[in-house]
Amino acid sequence: MSTTIDRQWTTRLRRRLVEQLPPDKALPDTQPSYVSSWIYVFGVVTLSALVIVILTGFVLAIRGPQWWHQSSIGHYVNSLHLWSVEIFFFAMVIHLWGKFFMAAWRGNRSLTWVTGAVTFATSIATAFTGYVSQTNFDSQWISTQAKDGINATGAGAYFNVLNTGQMLMWHIVLLPVAAVVLTALHVVMVRRKGVVPPFEEVSK
Amino acid sequence: MSRRDFNPDRDVREWTGAQRPYDILKEGVIALLVVALLTAGLALVFGSPDEKQVTIQQWSSADPVDFATTAYSELAGTSGIAGYGAPYNHASDGQFLGVTHLYLAKLVGVHIPIDPAKTFVLRPLATLPDAGTVRFALATWKNASNTERQSWLDEYGKASLSFTHGQLVATPLSLSNPVDVLMASETAMARSGALDSAMVTGGGLYTTDYTNVLLFIADGGWFATLADHQHLLGDQWGMMNETGSYPGQAWLWLYTFWYQIHPFSTSGNADVDAWGIMMLLTAGLILVPYIPGLRSIPRRTKLYRVIWRDHYAGRV
Repeated sequence: MSTTIDRQWTTRLRRRLVEQLPPDKALPDTQPSYVSSWIYVFGVVTLSALVIVILTGFVLAIRGPQWWHQSSIGHYVNSLHLWSVEIFFFAMVIHLWGKFFMAAWRGNRSLTWVTGAVTFATSIATAFTGYVSQTNFDSQWISTQAKDGINATGAGAYFNVLNTGQMLMWHIVLLPVAAVVLTALHVVMVRRKGVVPPFEEVSK
Repeated sequence: MSRRDFNPDRDVREWTGAQRPYDILKEGVIALLVVALLTAGLALVFGSPDEKQVTIQQWSSADPVDFATTAYSELAGTSGIAGYGAPYNHASDGQFLGVTHLYLAKLVGVHIPIDPAKTFVLRPLATLPDAGTVRFALATWKNASNTERQSWLDEYGKASLSFTHGQLVATPLSLSNPVDVLMASETAMARSGALDSAMVTGGGLYTTDYTNVLLFIADGGWFATLADHQHLLGDQWGMMNETGSYPGQAWLWLYTFWYQIHPFSTSGNADVDAWGIMMLLTAGLILVPYIPGLRSIPRRTKLYRVIWRDHYAGRV
């Protein structure tokens, strides 16, 4: 009986998950004493801004892409969406530079860095598709300007920035899913490996 | 089993020193509340830009001569899109990447085919109901040889265009030239709003694809004049900005930067070169942990001493 249970996919998956990310690492109540700087705040600020971006995006999605042009409440929700995106990128860039100067990839943390950098690139694409889906002068101008760069790479044949429907789908489905999955992976890796220790320096 | 030498830019001895209390949930909740309040405040104070979309109808009313000149260039095959190349047509090889002479767009091919004369002029005009004069002009154009068409276009191109008494006037012009009727009808159709509809709904009632109408508007000079007033042109850091005084896509500054400096600012291959550079830099950013030299920058610059100043001062 116990052998049968041990071999179950579910049992094996659970054991693997607990092994990889035990509860005290997933939800720690202590951290190394060197974690003492404001720079560490920008990771959680980025995550918080992402939550607000997604929630405000949900509200905009409920009423459809034209709502925010026609309603003052919709316009305010759009403003929330815009400013949470600005905060998101501001915090993420500081977080990224902070981690660079900590050489945060040390100690088998390379993939944590890689997922973070790919999330940054994915977020830029997500924001860009939002800008070209606004259905106003900005989206008209940005899309007609951006088409030349994307077309020149050959990608414009399949990723048509002038096709508003296609861009909206990328903005609200494909890219956010990718960004959220990458962010989740990044956070799990951070929790698994912990925060990188400082460089060791030989005392004079 | 061989063991790698310790490399301070790659390896680290895991921390076995002191720990301090850390409430991760409390930190998360406080951060979320602070960011939510900050967002709400910024949205309340600054709002967000929403400059209304422009239409062909507005263009043809605000600058009918620019509109007619653009429509003429589409019919004559001299417009920006007419000579664009892939993904719209085979008119040019497009841009090549750096020193490779690799025409990427041409390699991928034409996937959004656009014949400017048909897409922007002839097909929309054919949708006009009860327009005998237009039908006759369209039939004359269709049945003419390329030489005849070119002579009509040349004659029209030399004429003086004006918009008087609500009509587009080209003088002097022979009565048999159908381009006069086509351009005057295109202008009248645009000013009524029917050209917007015809171009947007070319594929049927439902659509979410505005490729044709946007390409046509962008081929004219009026659209760029509006963008210039909003500081959105390429030499004004272009598309990373947005209308009004908003931060826009500030994170695209490095991409936009390449367009501001020589040789890209004057290069015919600036788009593909800027993309090529950004792809290389992005790959470099992603792969920093694996690139010797680049991954040593943090240790060599010692900026980490600012971040971990409490640790090095022995305060923690």
